Amino acid sequence: MKNQKTRQINQISGKWNMIFHLVLILAVLIVILPVLLVVIISFSSTASINKAGYTFFPIEWSLEAYGYVLKMGEQIAASYIVTIAYSVLGTVLSLIVMSLYAYVLCQKDFWLRRALTWFVFFTMLFGGGLVPSYILNVRYYHLKDSFWILVLPGLVNASWVIILRTFIRTTIPEALMDSARIDGAGHFTVFLRIVCPLFKAGVGTIGLFGFVGRWNDWFTGMLYIQNPKLVPLQTLLTKIQNSVEFLKQNSQMASTPDGLRLLKSVPNENLIMACTVLVVVPVLFAYPFFQRYFVTGLTVGSIKE
Amino acid sequence: MAGHKVEGKKRKIWRKRDIPLYIMAAPAVVLLLLFNYFPMGGLVLSFKKFNVSKGIFGSEWTGFQNFKFLFASTDAYVIVRNTLLYNVVFIAMGIVLALGMALLLSEIHSRRSAKVYQTIYMLPYFLSWAVVAIVVTAFLDRSKGFVNQIMLMLGREGLTNWYHELRIWPPLLVFLAAWKGVGYQTVLFLAVISGISGEYYEAAALDGASKLQQARYITLPHLRMIISINLIMAMGGIFHGDFGLFYTVTGNSGALYPVTNVIDTYIYNGLKTQANLGMTTAAGMFQSVVGFVFLLAANKIVNRIDPENALF
Repeated sequence: MKNQKTRQINQISGKWNMIFHLVLILAVLIVILPVLLVVIISFSSTASINKAGYTFFPIEWSLEAYGYVLKMGEQIAASYIVTIAYSVLGTVLSLIVMSLYAYVLCQKDFWLRRALTWFVFFTMLFGGGLVPSYILNVRYYHLKDSFWILVLPGLVNASWVIILRTFIRTTIPEALMDSARIDGAGHFTVFLRIVCPLFKAGVGTIGLFGFVGRWNDWFTGMLYIQNPKLVPLQTLLTKIQNSVEFLKQNSQMASTPDGLRLLKSVPNENLIMACTVLVVVPVLFAYPFFQRYFVTGLTVGSIKE
Repeated sequence: MAGHKVEGKKRKIWRKRDIPLYIMAAPAVVLLLLFNYFPMGGLVLSFKKFNVSKGIFGSEWTGFQNFKFLFASTDAYVIVRNTLLYNVVFIAMGIVLALGMALLLSEIHSRRSAKVYQTIYMLPYFLSWAVVAIVVTAFLDRSKGFVNQIMLMLGREGLTNWYHELRIWPPLLVFLAAWKGVGYQTVLFLAVISGISGEYYEAAALDGASKLQQARYITLPHLRMIISINLIMAMGGIFHGDFGLFYTVTGNSGALYPVTNVIDTYIYNGLKTQANLGMTTAAGMFQSVVGFVFLLAANKIVNRIDPENALF
């Protein structure tokens, strides 16, 4: 560091440094402890939960919840596969479709460029909302209970397209594209040979967020998917959760024979927590590695030119 | 600007060499039409009485009937109030907390600890609301939940059903929104702060400016761009309640509707019961149009005060 001396003059005093650390550590606890509680419950035995409830210090540790997960394996495996397919395929297709479009938006002498920019940008400002989309998807496109309802509607996201466009514009010198074009390369060649290779940071950021967004999407599944083989993990989680809550909220129902039978088929609390841990773990392991991508141009920027 | 070169000559509209461009744009155009523009057309339903067998376009027109019903109901007031109030509080809390955290992180001596803190703060951003809902039940569950266990230990009799307790939810929802979102915003702000040249601060320090003065006169002005874009976007979303938060986390508990029902949950519940789809669509249309107006207004205001940081 140059100017080591002024830096030190300008540093906060040791006392304030301590105070700041304390505040920041408090925030760390607020973030971590709730999640930790779920993890601890997932490793508690059913007996312990029945006796002491949910606690940070269970009476007995146990892996039984994860044993249950293995037992009800088929559903969980199916949901895992759906979620992985949805996240991977959705992210890859979406990156392809959006970067092609972003490339077109960068062609300064293309007569439709402005119109196309507004065509995508407008969807950020205005939308038809849930009901018309639902009716169209179900009645007209016949996408109910189809894997494609997960993938297709979210492929083009306006803000990501604008960000990708800004990426291409700022990282790839126009002269480079122009000279390739003069040498007779077609648009597809320029896109594949010049734009794609220089594009990693942009694709990294948007790929990560697209992937996590799809991994975490429970809503689309809840709205459109009934077939158990196509239910994504997050939706499965919500469904299990709702069935437990439903019985608890209607305790008089639980005392009827029917209700009792249902209650028995309902998974134990630690099983839900174990499922939660299994849903979260892949994302938690992945995101620190991608951290350097987070801030690369994450603002939409202006669409003025 | 390179673009200006073309202006003198007349731009040719149809050129054979542009064909690849049409092909490249086509997939996105088709998808946008199917999933964004056609649903906008479906908004005509808000002026119709929906008839399942006749579909969107065959149903009969009713003029503004659906809107009249919507605004005559007490729901309309509650959901608009809830949506707006929560969002205003979320936005303000988000910016203030993130700003504070980013300033603290930028001042502590050890860069390495700042990095570790920052990574941890991002964590909740990567959890879905479905997961957060389960985290919340770990605390609030009636028979097993952590909170009731503690209350039992402290000698409180009887178990409280927190999913029926109106008074805890407004602060709880604000807390959760901050819990999930502030980390990410902090990281964004911190990125901007670490991009500010150290020379400004050194010069200010030599002139005897205090840390607070430096934050006020150097850091804040540099954050203006990101804050104003955040604000414009947030204004556009001010009529959209975060569905996951208000629906899954509250367990869609009917007892809590007075403080948790927002426009989005109202529309979803309307869609699920299919009772009056025309009116539900009208609520959606109202939401879209007002959101649009808010966004234009916010952009206009920013354009007037500070044209460089406006969105369009």
